Amino acid sequence: MKKLTLPLSKEAALSLRAGDTVLLTGAVYTGRDAAHKRLVALLEAGRPLPFEIAGETIYYVGPAPARPGGVVGPAGPTTSCRMDAYTPPLLSMGLRAMIGKGSRSRAVIDAMKAAGAVYFGATGGAAALIARAVKKAEVICYEDLGAEAVHRFAVEDFPAVVLIDTLGNNLYETGPAAYRAEE
Amino acid sequence: MREVAAEAVACEVERLFLHASYAIGEDVEAAVRSGLERETSPAGCAALRQIAENYRIAREERVAICQDTGMAVVFADVGQDVHIVSGGFEDAVNEGVRRAYTGGYLRKSVVAEPLFDRVNTKDNTPAVLHARIVPGDKLRLLVVPKGFGSENMSRVKMLTPADGVEGVKRFVIETVTEAGPNPCPPVIVGVGIGGTMEMAALMAKRQTARPVGSRHADARYAGLEEEMLAAVNRSGVGPAGTGGRVTALAVHAEYYPTHIAGLPVAVNVCCHAARHAEGVL
Repeated sequence: MKKLTLPLSKEAALSLRAGDTVLLTGAVYTGRDAAHKRLVALLEAGRPLPFEIAGETIYYVGPAPARPGGVVGPAGPTTSCRMDAYTPPLLSMGLRAMIGKGSRSRAVIDAMKAAGAVYFGATGGAAALIARAVKKAEVICYEDLGAEAVHRFAVEDFPAVVLIDTLGNNLYETGPAAYRAEE
Repeated sequence: MREVAAEAVACEVERLFLHASYAIGEDVEAAVRSGLERETSPAGCAALRQIAENYRIAREERVAICQDTGMAVVFADVGQDVHIVSGGFEDAVNEGVRRAYTGGYLRKSVVAEPLFDRVNTKDNTPAVLHARIVPGDKLRLLVVPKGFGSENMSRVKMLTPADGVEGVKRFVIETVTEAGPNPCPPVIVGVGIGGTMEMAALMAKRQTARPVGSRHADARYAGLEEEMLAAVNRSGVGPAGTGGRVTALAVHAEYYPTHIAGLPVAVNVCCHAARHAEGVL
């Protein structure tokens, strides 16, 4: 199991291979459908993003509310493909890593290869477990979106696996192929 | 006529949604643990262990199993000798949903209008309510908080009678394997066969809440369930979709009489956070 620090350096990103299991420590920005739509609308209008995205990691998550005194409520990954349409422009701005679950489009994988970016997976549905890795949470922008607001999480030993690496190797293709059984 | 107060309905709906959201059923948990014994992929085993540990944390800390606490689906079997008093039934169901989601630290995931505005209703209402009138003086409530990672992978298809058993099998297996990692495998697959388009979908939804390990009373359907489960588990998708042998925990099928010209089939996919709870008033 590799321990990695976020933001992920370009060298660290390039060294990862699909299938590597990792523990992530550092800052991630949360964002899902509605936030992505707004971020890309800003880019299209030629306006600056509300946070510096170069080198950063986006975690596709809309957490449940925290209980009083808690940092964050259950916070597992949401299905990444809904963000596919918005992802290539963010990669071209230097987005280095994404955390989510589920398959990505060809266009996203090509943009990842061009940008040297990595796609990590967290176990979908393991939300209460994953929330334990979130040590701090603050809203950065789009507070009106509630659970969909962009938060900055400080995570510690966040359990993940490299799903798609900077060469375009895809664990969702190689993993199932290795276990596919004939009738 | 037995009177049931609308407030009692609201309280029960609230209690059931909280219970379902925090505490996974023993049948589902046992199925994940037995999957761990069958799984040969190291990544698959790691995911199954995380899923089992997550169930434990959620139950003990009374937090949601998954951050997607779903849209609130409610099946109500209303005895014909029950009279709901002091309020409307549908309002009471929605009030129960409102209390559970706002008071229970569950995520509010419902938008008031799906296409143009998509503004969040902020209390997870309205519920999707399926009520039917049944004999007796009891009110049976089955609540199913349905997450959309798996809901989005569900399908309905109007097959023709000539498609037959093979056509049904092909459609179910294709739906689950093509969904791959997206619906958070290992999944529970609800299948509705026959009826009309919406009847097939309703049966499929109800089947996601059938106890894991139960068998269909008709041996032909029980056999079909087993065959489809085995085929899905040969796909290699595995836990979390990264490869393995445990892609589904169960395939549950139900049928209804249908038209001479038709063979509707619905597949409702449910993730391993297969939450539901039942109560009787």
